[in-house]
Amino acid sequence: MSATLNRIGLPRDAYKGAATTLCAGCGHNSITNHLVKAMYELGIEPNLLAKMSGIGCSSKTPAYFVDQAHGFNGVHGRMPALTTGAQIANRKLIVVGISGDGDSMSIGLGQFLHLIRRNVDCTYIIEDNGTYGLTKGQFSATADVGSVQKRGSVNTYQPIDPCALALTLGCSFVARSFSGDGKQLVPLVKAAIAHRGTAMLDVISPCVTFNDHDGSTKSYSWVKDHDEQIQDVSFIPYFEEIHVDYEPGTTFEVEMHDGSHLLLKKLGQEHDPSDRLGSLRLIEEARERNHLLTGLLYVNEAMEDFATHERLPEVPLRDLGEEDLRVSQRDFEQLMSELA
Amino acid sequence: MTPGSLVNDLTFQAATVNGSGSQSANLVLTRAIFSMGIPVAPKNVFPSNIEGLPTWYQLRICPRGYQARTGDPDVLVALNPQTWTSDLQNVKAGGAVIHEEAYSTAGVRDDVSYFPVPFSKLAKTRIQNDALRKQLTNMIYVGVVAGLLQIPFDAIEHGIKRTFQSKPKAWQSNVDAATVGYEYWREHFEDRKIKHVLQPMTGVTDGLVLIEGNQAAALGCVMGGCTVAAWYPITPSSSLCENLIAYADRFRVDSKTGERKIAIVQAEDELAAVGMAIGAGWTGARAMTSTSGPGISLMAEFSGLAYYAEVPVVIFDIQRIGPSTGLPTRTSQADLGFVYTLSHGDTKHLVLLPGTVEECFEFAQQAFDLADRFQTPVFVLSDLDLGMNLWMTKPFQYPEAPFDRGKVLTASDLERLEGEWGRYRDVDGDAVTYRTLPGTQHPAAGYFTRGSGHDADARYTESADAYARNMDRLARKFETARRAMPEPILSRSREGSPVGVIAYGTTHHAVVEARDALDERGLAVDYLRVRALPLPASTSSFVEDHERVYVVEQNRDGQMYDQLRLQLPAELAGRLRSIRHYDGQPIPAEAITRPLLELEAVPV
Repeated sequence: MSATLNRIGLPRDAYKGAATTLCAGCGHNSITNHLVKAMYELGIEPNLLAKMSGIGCSSKTPAYFVDQAHGFNGVHGRMPALTTGAQIANRKLIVVGISGDGDSMSIGLGQFLHLIRRNVDCTYIIEDNGTYGLTKGQFSATADVGSVQKRGSVNTYQPIDPCALALTLGCSFVARSFSGDGKQLVPLVKAAIAHRGTAMLDVISPCVTFNDHDGSTKSYSWVKDHDEQIQDVSFIPYFEEIHVDYEPGTTFEVEMHDGSHLLLKKLGQEHDPSDRLGSLRLIEEARERNHLLTGLLYVNEAMEDFATHERLPEVPLRDLGEEDLRVSQRDFEQLMSELA
Repeated sequence: MTPGSLVNDLTFQAATVNGSGSQSANLVLTRAIFSMGIPVAPKNVFPSNIEGLPTWYQLRICPRGYQARTGDPDVLVALNPQTWTSDLQNVKAGGAVIHEEAYSTAGVRDDVSYFPVPFSKLAKTRIQNDALRKQLTNMIYVGVVAGLLQIPFDAIEHGIKRTFQSKPKAWQSNVDAATVGYEYWREHFEDRKIKHVLQPMTGVTDGLVLIEGNQAAALGCVMGGCTVAAWYPITPSSSLCENLIAYADRFRVDSKTGERKIAIVQAEDELAAVGMAIGAGWTGARAMTSTSGPGISLMAEFSGLAYYAEVPVVIFDIQRIGPSTGLPTRTSQADLGFVYTLSHGDTKHLVLLPGTVEECFEFAQQAFDLADRFQTPVFVLSDLDLGMNLWMTKPFQYPEAPFDRGKVLTASDLERLEGEWGRYRDVDGDAVTYRTLPGTQHPAAGYFTRGSGHDADARYTESADAYARNMDRLARKFETARRAMPEPILSRSREGSPVGVIAYGTTHHAVVEARDALDERGLAVDYLRVRALPLPASTSSFVEDHERVYVVEQNRDGQMYDQLRLQLPAELAGRLRSIRHYDGQPIPAEAITRPLLELEAVPV
């Protein structure tokens, strides 16, 4: 039986990567699978994909999807800088950065903030497990107060919430999800890729080895018990027709800049994803209820991405040659005469 | 002209308060004198401060056109009460001192001529422009100096127009202020002659232009095809990227669409700056960053990544005095050793060592070619003296050669190879491997770049063999690159000498002058100017050809001396001597002649 091909004629396997070397049951592997599904269904051109990462368990994962694409596993906490440089050098690339809570909320916090501030066009996924897995289980900066480490010590420091932080910085796309919820994560990833600007997804992704025990607030069971979905998320790409009918007042429809649509069907309380302040309030209220709020928190399709703001041409900068880049002989002589 | 006066041979110094606008006045004088065909060598000694601290501008004028710094001034303009006493002490005997009338000269020195001028009073009564009074006060001394040194007033007018090239509205008010000073000189000092005089001349500066090294390097980046520049402000490097922005605004913007053919990003710190440049270099753009010592320290980690993962990037280091914050506005050559092996592990970098503004322009372009050719960071080690002072130079040559983009496989190359390639396979035997750029439309184009262990096909590995093999190849690649670096420039004395001098960077200008002075004392020396690391084989032959070789540099520890000793066999290393200057002021010739005469036992 021949494999089903996507709209650019590729089988799902074309979106797979090397075999994972992470622990069996690691949330990151589920995220990898969801990424494969999302990219396959979107029909992403593998050669246009640039997979970027820093250091840590999360940052290994770009090796595990879309083998055909270029990938760059850089240095700890510095994925945003590499991503910014890569994206402005070639605007045609689809840049997907994978980071972790240590990589982005501690050593790389500064770069994370400034990438968002510039609205660099990329998908930025934080595989958030509240712990340093690769160095064997120290707390990370997203660990909640009172969260218990495997060996029993209790975190007493305030957590940094990537979503709240991104919202205050005016990030143009902010979502939270769970590695075990492909139904929610796959459409969010698709929307993040379709979004032009920084799309930040904080994906709670349990560490089975160091942070999946009782007392952890990043364990499978805790997330399952406390997950509060804002909406039922569906994504209709620009190349598919929309034929949904929903009762007025139940669903937010967001048109993305490429013509794709996000449909957000209200599950709990009313939330307008263009209301930044409302998103922050929602996060804070959920925290007070001891709930993990997931879904699309905020989206702003009108904000200019960095390359557009910098007035960069559509043709990749790296394709420009001597003719485009050197000052003409006449202008050069003029410059020299101005120095006399 | 009074008999016995010194023509076109003096050191002028203006002692002012920074933030007062004296820089423009000093540039006007420099431009005016240069327009008379007289060689100029300005050195700006400024504080790390915005306003209110002492600053000095030293302008060396000498008929031979030496560009190194000299010591004490012959002519002083003193406008800073804080430093007045010490400034006065430094003037050479027989010198001229133009000073604010209010400063006391009683009983201090009687071996200099005083020219008291009521600058504040003149500014209040004669300058009508309230907003610019402070700045224009400095132009008054330009007028007085013009009178005293016999600079034709039309040369001053030229200097004003040239300095305020982009602000024609400022011309008249500046001319008026200079006229106030000129008239004051005529009324009070016209019949008082001094030892020094300037006269128009020809032959030395014909066809030359004036430019700062950072501006020259920025132009080199434009001509070298730089399309991504990421930087973080730091003295003395900032003016490189600021000049690049100015050139980009003028030459890289499409007049119809407004599109910019370059991205210049002010990053959040030097970590991000070099990271962006590396990200862009990986994608195939010609990318650079520019910084100084503290920024270089922050770039250490990323430099190791670019070396090991083999990503092209150009890094300018406009050196200032360290360690730590050091003296941010003083010059140095003390980053050499650190930069050469920047990052942990076995790391080695290609380092270009421009000694002139022309080389700032040339090497900036060459750096991009070398980075692409060898897929590695290329450092350009300039310094504050070169980067931030004006230097005389021949106009630059328009580059004819196309960019060397190195070994990049395109989709059609991959088609031809039937997709059979490996990112780190040494197929040509020169240890330089092929790369593809992200976005290349071929199923075999992609590969995974990483700073962790990798094999010849860029796959992750912790294999001992694969690691060692890769490191050996990187070492061989370095040897390939060694042969492509700019050769040293050899300058022999007329009859050859058993004594040699090795120098690099701005130390060059002091060596040029010192060699003439030594020659006059009967000690001719040969000279090798090194222009890059790694050192080429010809460096060893130079040492072989000489009994004693003095390595002159501007750092405390003799960092180039160390590099030479590492490279040379023991019997040759023993021939090396180290001469070092490291007070943050550009090295004067005297700092070379004095120790050399002493060590060579030439009777003084």
